[in-house]
Amino acid sequence: MSEMPLELTRQDRIELYRWMRLTRAFDDRMVAMWKQGRGVGGTFSGRGHEAISVGAGMALGPDDVAAPMHRDLGCYLVRGMTPERIFRNLLGREGGVTNGRDANLHGLGDLSLGLIGFVSHLPASMPVALGAAMSFQYRSESRAALTFIGDGASSTGGWHETLNMAAVYRAPLVVIVENNQYAYSTPLDQQMAVDDIADRAAGYGMPGVVVDGNDVELVLGVTHVALERARRGEGPTLIEAKTMRMLGHAIHDGAEYVPDELLDEWERRDPLVRYRNRLAAEGVTDDELEAIDATAAVQIDAAVAAAEAAPWPDAARVGDGVYAP
Amino acid sequence: MSAATTERTYLEAIREGIRQALASDDDVLVMGEDVGGGFGGAFKVTQGLAAEFGDLRVMNTPLAELGFVGMGTGMALMGLRPIIGMQFADFISSAFDSIVQFAATTHYRWGAPVPWVIRAPSDGGIRSGPFHSQNPEAWFVHTPGLKVVAPATPEDAKGLLLAAVRDDNPVVFFEAKPLYRSISGPVTDDDIALPIGQARTAREGSDLSIVTYGAQVHEALAAAARLSADGIDAEIIDLRSLKPLDLEAIAATVQRTGKLLVVHSANRMLGVGAEVAAFVGEELFDDLDAPVRRLGALDTPVPFSPPLEDAYRPSADTIEAAARDLARY
Repeated sequence: MSEMPLELTRQDRIELYRWMRLTRAFDDRMVAMWKQGRGVGGTFSGRGHEAISVGAGMALGPDDVAAPMHRDLGCYLVRGMTPERIFRNLLGREGGVTNGRDANLHGLGDLSLGLIGFVSHLPASMPVALGAAMSFQYRSESRAALTFIGDGASSTGGWHETLNMAAVYRAPLVVIVENNQYAYSTPLDQQMAVDDIADRAAGYGMPGVVVDGNDVELVLGVTHVALERARRGEGPTLIEAKTMRMLGHAIHDGAEYVPDELLDEWERRDPLVRYRNRLAAEGVTDDELEAIDATAAVQIDAAVAAAEAAPWPDAARVGDGVYAP
Repeated sequence: MSAATTERTYLEAIREGIRQALASDDDVLVMGEDVGGGFGGAFKVTQGLAAEFGDLRVMNTPLAELGFVGMGTGMALMGLRPIIGMQFADFISSAFDSIVQFAATTHYRWGAPVPWVIRAPSDGGIRSGPFHSQNPEAWFVHTPGLKVVAPATPEDAKGLLLAAVRDDNPVVFFEAKPLYRSISGPVTDDDIALPIGQARTAREGSDLSIVTYGAQVHEALAAAARLSADGIDAEIIDLRSLKPLDLEAIAATVQRTGKLLVVHSANRMLGVGAEVAAFVGEELFDDLDAPVRRLGALDTPVPFSPPLEDAYRPSADTIEAAARDLARY
C-alpha cells in the first residue's frame, strides 16, 4: 500500500471493499442483535463511516499507531482486531479486548496491533495520539500516529490544545475529523460558525484538507499523503472527512431529529454501495463481489456464535488489573 | 553501595532525583511549562537539567495542562517515562480528564501500563492565595489506578521520585512547596528508589499517635517537641504514600498508643484523614482509648491574608492544642 493513492491495484481495491463489507456486516448484525435484546448495555453504529475508518486504517503503515473512536470499527478490524474479540467485548465476555472491563467499542486498545483504546470523554485520545507521535519523534523513528474525532469534540479545549501543540512540535500526527453533521442531536450550525472544520487548521499553522468521507479511495489517498508527510518530519495534518451519521448517536437513539430528506440524500451516497457499484463498473465480477459479501456474513456468524458462547468474566477477579504489576 | 550522603534542601533533593532518573534511563524525559531551557521551572527545580540532558529530554510545553498530560500518557503508552511538571498543584484541575478518565483507567480496561509521574507543587502557608496554595491530593486518592505520594523529607523526596519514575503506573507526586528551601537534610548519593506504599516513623512516642504527611510532618515535629517538655510523648507517622495507604503502619501505631490524631494541610472534609479515621474506627475500635481526632484545613477556598490563612490551615500550634486535649482524654 505504500504507493497509494497513485496506483491502486485491482487487488488493493478488492481489499478495500472486503474490509468495508466486513465492517458493515458486523455493524448490521450488531444493530439487529441489540434490537432483538441480545445485546448488553448500549452500543454505537458506525454505519455510513466505513469509507473513513477503512480508508484511513488501510493508509497506516505496520509501525504506525492509531487511536480510533466508536465510529471506527473498520480501523480496528483492518489493524487485526478480530470480529470475535470485539463481539466478546460488546457482550461483556471473557476474551473480549477488555475482558468485560469496558463497554461496547470503548477501550479497544491493543498495542501489539498499534491501537489505543478510547474513553467517552472525546477528544481525550487526541493528546494521547500526539504523545505517541512525540515518542516517535523522541526516538527518531519514521512512524506516525493517526487519530479520529467527531465534529462534536472539535468544540472542546482539548481539541485546540492538541492541534496547537502538534503544530508547535511539528509532530508526526494526523487528525481525521469525521464530520457527520450531528453531535448527538445538535446539528452543525449550533456547534460552529464555519463551513469547514478544516479551515481551523490555518490558525494552528498546519495543512487542513476536506475530503469526501464516503469515498474510500479519496480518504485513503489524503490520509496516505498526510502520514507520509508526518513520517518525513514535516508535521501534522488536519483532515476533515464529510459524512453522515446514518443511525442515532447510540443504539437507543431513533434520531427523529434528523430530517428524512437529509438521510435520503446521504443514503444515495452510501460508501459501501457506491464502492461496490464502482468496482462492478470497473470489471470486478458479480461472482467476486458476492463471494466477498458471503464470506463477510460467514465471518460475522462465526464471531457472534463464539462470543455468545464465551464465558462471563469471573466476578472474583473484578479487582484485577487496576494497577500494572 | 556506599552509604554516602550529601546535605541537600528538599528542592535540591528532587532535582537530584530527576537528574539521576534522566541519567539512568534514556526513556525518561521532563516536560511541562517553563521546565526547560535556562529557566528551570517556576521554582527552579529543573534548573540546569536542559543544559545537561538537552532540550529533547527537558522540554517546554505550551500552557495546556489537559493536552500535555494527555501527551504524556501517549508517550508513556509507547514506553517512555515522562516526568510531567505542574507549575502549581492548583492547575492540575485543568488536566483532570487526562489523568482520571484516561491515564488512571487504561491498565484496568485494556492492560497497557501508563508509567508517568506528575510533579505537583502543593500546599500553602506562604501567602500565595486561593490558586497557588491548594492540596488536591484527595481527588486522586479517590481515583482507582493512580498512585499518590507526598514526601516530607529531602531523602524521601529523592527516593520516592526515583520510585515514581520507575513505577509502571501513573503516579501523582505532591511536592510540599513550603519545604522547598526551608528544610534540608542528608540525602543518599546513590541512585536508590524508596518503596511506594510504606509509611515512616518520624518520631517514636508512646502517649498518642499523630498520622500526617508532607509539610505537616514538620509542624507535628515542632508540636511534639513542645509536648515532650510537658511529658507528653507523641509518635509521628509520616505516611509518605497516600495511595496505597500503609494501613499496617497506621494500625501498629494506634495499637501502641491507643490515641490517634490525623493531620493534613488539605481541607478536612473527606480528606485523606477521613479515610484513616474510618479505617481505625472500623478495624481498631477496641484498641482506641479516645475518639479519633482530625485536623485539616477549613472547608473554604484557601484565603490569602496572613491572619486568614493561619486560621485556615493546621500548624504546630493547633496540633499541639489538639494533642494536649487528646492526651488528657
